[in-house]
Amino acid sequence: MLDFLYGHYAYWLTIVLVCIGLYGIIFKKNLVKKTIGLTILQISVVLFWVAIGSKWGATVPVYDPDIPVADAANYLNPLPHTLMLTAIVVGVATLGVAFSLLISVYNRYKTLDEEEILNEIQ
Amino acid sequence: MIETHLPALIALNFLAFSVIIPLFGMWRVQWSQPLAVLGGGISAILSVYGFITYVNDTPLRYFFGAWEPPIGIEFVYDGLSAFVIMVINVIAFIVLIHSGPISVKEFPRKRMAYYSVAMLMMLGFNGMVLTGDLFNLFVFLEIASLSTYALIAIGEKPAPFAAFRYLIIGTAGGTLFLLGVGFLYTVTGTLNIIDMTAMIPEFADNRAVITGTILIVTGIAIKAALFPMHGWLPDSYTFASSSSSALIAPIGTKVAAYVLFRVILYLFGIEWADLVIPLTWIIGVLASIGILYGSIMAIAQNELKRMLAYSSVSQLGYIILGLSLANPYGFIGALLHLLNHAVMKACLFMVAAHIRMKEGHSDISRFNHTYRKKYPWTMFSFSVAAISMVGLPPLAGFFSKWYLALGTIEANSWVFLTVILFSSLLNAVYFFRILEKVYMKDPFADKEIPDDQAQPDEVKPSMLWTTLTFAAALFLIGIFNVAIVAVLLNIFPA
Amino acid sequence: MTDLTLIPLYAVLVSLVAVPFILASDKRPNLREFWTILAAVIKFGLVLLLLPSAIQGETIELHLIEIAPGVPLALMADPFGVFFAVIASGLWIFTSFYSIGYMRGAGEKKQTRYFASFAVCLSATIGIAFSANLLTFVIFYEILTLATYPLVIHKENKEAISAGRQYLAYTLTAGLLLVAAAAITYYLTGTMDFQPGGVFGGLDLTAPLMVTVFLLFLGGVGVKAGIMPIHSWLPTAMAAPTPVSALLHAVAVVKSGVFGVVRVVGYVLGTDVMTAFSLHEILMVLAGITIILASLLAFRQDNLKRRLAYSTVGHLSYIVLGAALITPLGMTGGIMHIAAHATMKITLFFCAGAIYVNLHKENISDLNGIAKVMPWTMGAFVIGSMGLAGIPPLNGFVSKWYLAMGSLEGSMVIPVLILVISGLLNVGYFFPIIWRAYFKKGGPELEKHGEASPFMVVPIMVTAVLSILFGLFPNLFFHFFELASDISLSIFNGGTP
Repeated sequence: MLDFLYGHYAYWLTIVLVCIGLYGIIFKKNLVKKTIGLTILQISVVLFWVAIGSKWGATVPVYDPDIPVADAANYLNPLPHTLMLTAIVVGVATLGVAFSLLISVYNRYKTLDEEEILNEIQ
Repeated sequence: MIETHLPALIALNFLAFSVIIPLFGMWRVQWSQPLAVLGGGISAILSVYGFITYVNDTPLRYFFGAWEPPIGIEFVYDGLSAFVIMVINVIAFIVLIHSGPISVKEFPRKRMAYYSVAMLMMLGFNGMVLTGDLFNLFVFLEIASLSTYALIAIGEKPAPFAAFRYLIIGTAGGTLFLLGVGFLYTVTGTLNIIDMTAMIPEFADNRAVITGTILIVTGIAIKAALFPMHGWLPDSYTFASSSSSALIAPIGTKVAAYVLFRVILYLFGIEWADLVIPLTWIIGVLASIGILYGSIMAIAQNELKRMLAYSSVSQLGYIILGLSLANPYGFIGALLHLLNHAVMKACLFMVAAHIRMKEGHSDISRFNHTYRKKYPWTMFSFSVAAISMVGLPPLAGFFSKWYLALGTIEANSWVFLTVILFSSLLNAVYFFRILEKVYMKDPFADKEIPDDQAQPDEVKPSMLWTTLTFAAALFLIGIFNVAIVAVLLNIFPA
Repeated sequence: MTDLTLIPLYAVLVSLVAVPFILASDKRPNLREFWTILAAVIKFGLVLLLLPSAIQGETIELHLIEIAPGVPLALMADPFGVFFAVIASGLWIFTSFYSIGYMRGAGEKKQTRYFASFAVCLSATIGIAFSANLLTFVIFYEILTLATYPLVIHKENKEAISAGRQYLAYTLTAGLLLVAAAAITYYLTGTMDFQPGGVFGGLDLTAPLMVTVFLLFLGGVGVKAGIMPIHSWLPTAMAAPTPVSALLHAVAVVKSGVFGVVRVVGYVLGTDVMTAFSLHEILMVLAGITIILASLLAFRQDNLKRRLAYSTVGHLSYIVLGAALITPLGMTGGIMHIAAHATMKITLFFCAGAIYVNLHKENISDLNGIAKVMPWTMGAFVIGSMGLAGIPPLNGFVSKWYLAMGSLEGSMVIPVLILVISGLLNVGYFFPIIWRAYFKKGGPELEKHGEASPFMVVPIMVTAVLSILFGLFPNLFFHFFELASDISLSIFNGGTP
């Protein structure tokens, strides 16, 4: 049991982060805090991918004559990690769009509180 | 060259134009729209050509840089993607032509950025449809989504806020999708859809695969505005600029629905998708609720664009309901409705744009009978699209509902059949309400509005004939639906 | 013999082609009405061309395009279709003349829209008559619904608009039920064609399923056929101008409904299926109740057109009853009644319209003494109402006689009783009108009025005379009787008369 908890710590971390992220998105009224929640959610998924690409006792995926390539267990799986570079970029772009939208919202409503804005729209 | 590089050309053409437009646009801003039309036109022509040429062939797999999977990435140009690509590119092309005068009126100084972003959005949508790789699907999904957020933010005062809420929900959906892809990857070790399909039978009852599937379907369902994940849609479509809503409404959710098709019918196949949990049944039920909910909410709306937005929620339900039936008729019905609804919704949102342009509002309660004299052709198009939405023959809308109804009967889903038929009545309520206002003097009005002075006051020809094109298309699709259906039947994954 | 294959198509299209001409002649009423009448005459001529082959029991089929996989948009001029088309297109000519007198006399607005919608309605009606399969039928059925709507709301007042809403609510729902029924039929049988004797033969069917299908069909066609309890749109739709009530709500639209009932009973479900699952009993009970109740309700109406509307509801169910008897003679009587009721009821509505335009009277209680000023009109009214009551030698008698024979053929007595009682009730609700018109003294306001315009009186007289002629000689001109009995035999013998 303890092994199960300990052996999957990366996944537990992912679950905790996903929950924190979703909590921020759903329950926070401040739009910037929502954005932070969103970022945490994205990062949790990035960490998850990084975790699935790693192996115990393996090395970086750069060819080393001393370590036989034939045995894949000797090297980390590079693919998830490289994919996550793209995902991080996507996350940054999202953040950029989100903040520019927030600036625009603030200029129009002079507030970033969701309820106040909703009241003003209605 | 066109022959071999066709899939890539269709999509990357948009990327090229998203760069060309700022280059010329900084010099002459009025060139932005014609350039966007040119870009849209090239892709539209290529995709029609491709559809006609390749639809009955084996799927065309295009490997970027000639690197084959699993190392390289690929575009898959098969019947389904060719069909959807053709629909969205042709619709986008016509809507872009239509958007010219609106852009001058509503956001004159943002035209260059607007059209550049619109091209990026089309790149995203095309990529989503064509890609043969789940991770690239995510990337294209985000390109399309980010551009969509930007386009929606150009609009009325609450538009940026609506766009922001969409961004939060949409990105959360995208992230769930990515998480789901991660689950599938851990089990299958590939991201390529075709490779993964081959492996699914071995792993279909694996818990990671099931979890991943649920996450993927949830993530995409958010983008497709499947009930109850539709919350972002009404505000976004209402507050966005008229040209944006006419561009995004017919296309955006359709592409997401296409991804659901791809994942459920192709990646998994029906039997594996339903192996452990009744996935198709669940989304069928959600779609049915969405159909009714969207229609009822549409009846309650007083603002034309918001009404159309709720109607979109409802109509998306039809498409997904057809998918969930997982039989040939349901499949035909869904894809035909994907086409029909795209045409109808584009037409209706364009009419809303006309009214906004001329009257300065699109508040249904202020519509009156002078419109029939002032905007005869606009209102004619509206009537055609509305009657098609209600599903009366011989217009296109009838036939998609007909195939869907046959599908529900084949699946013995009497409840779904009732839902389809009943919601047609609800559609009739909210559309005939408007037709009544436009075509008849209101006998309940406090004071009479004279219609003697009303003179024809139509919008610019470029806006008018595009709208009429869609109206005419609804007749043609209806009458010649068999030609389309024959193609769609071939596509159905046996 | 010339090739008749395309004639059904032309017959459907001719009034549709007239629509742009009518719209284009908006500013020139005489030209506009010329187009209407031209279209009506051509249409009638085309339909008559089909009559000889129909009398010989032949069916002309025409497949246009495939509109769903394996289901073409197809027309067929079988005897039954031609029978209905002759009535509808023939009466359109009279109605067109009458419309001119009525619309101008009443000073109605938007006459262009009126005449254009009317032409579309007639295309749809002929389309229904010539539909070769259910899907084609559904398409024309829905077009008819849409095209009638502008006519119902023509006056654009509160009453008309609520009538229009009710009309749409009923007919659109009906259309959907029909679509559902058609879809299930297609799924079960793999065909949508109308075949004499039905398409369900040789299938393993269960009672709950067939009752469902039947009720769906009944809901679909029954609304337009005015079967209770789904009849109430018809009296409300009397808000429309009288020629609309006359041709559409006494002939074209409602007869499309009963035409549909006969098609469903005889050509889709088939008589064997009907009796095997006792579906005909459901239909018979509904029809019987409708006949009696509608006649009783007619007593309560003071508005002349509404009384006529309830009378229509009752008489439509005669036809339904004829179909429900599932005996050759009963079916013959029902089909005959399509023609008989059409000529008589259109006469009565024409009279009501003439009275309204000429004297501005709508209520029966105001009709005192009008026979003095409008002798011809009221004379025709007497003929029409006596015919509906089933008094020989008018044509209402012939059809009723066969209905009665049909029920006796099936050893059923109750339908005969219903027919007798309903005949008496008919006399009962028409007699006060005639009595007031002839034997009560009219008010002083009648003095300055004379007979209505000849545009109206001539059609009235012609239809009234036709009612007598067809009563005396059922085979005159169009061989209605021969057609009706051939049709009925072909239904029972599965194709051969």
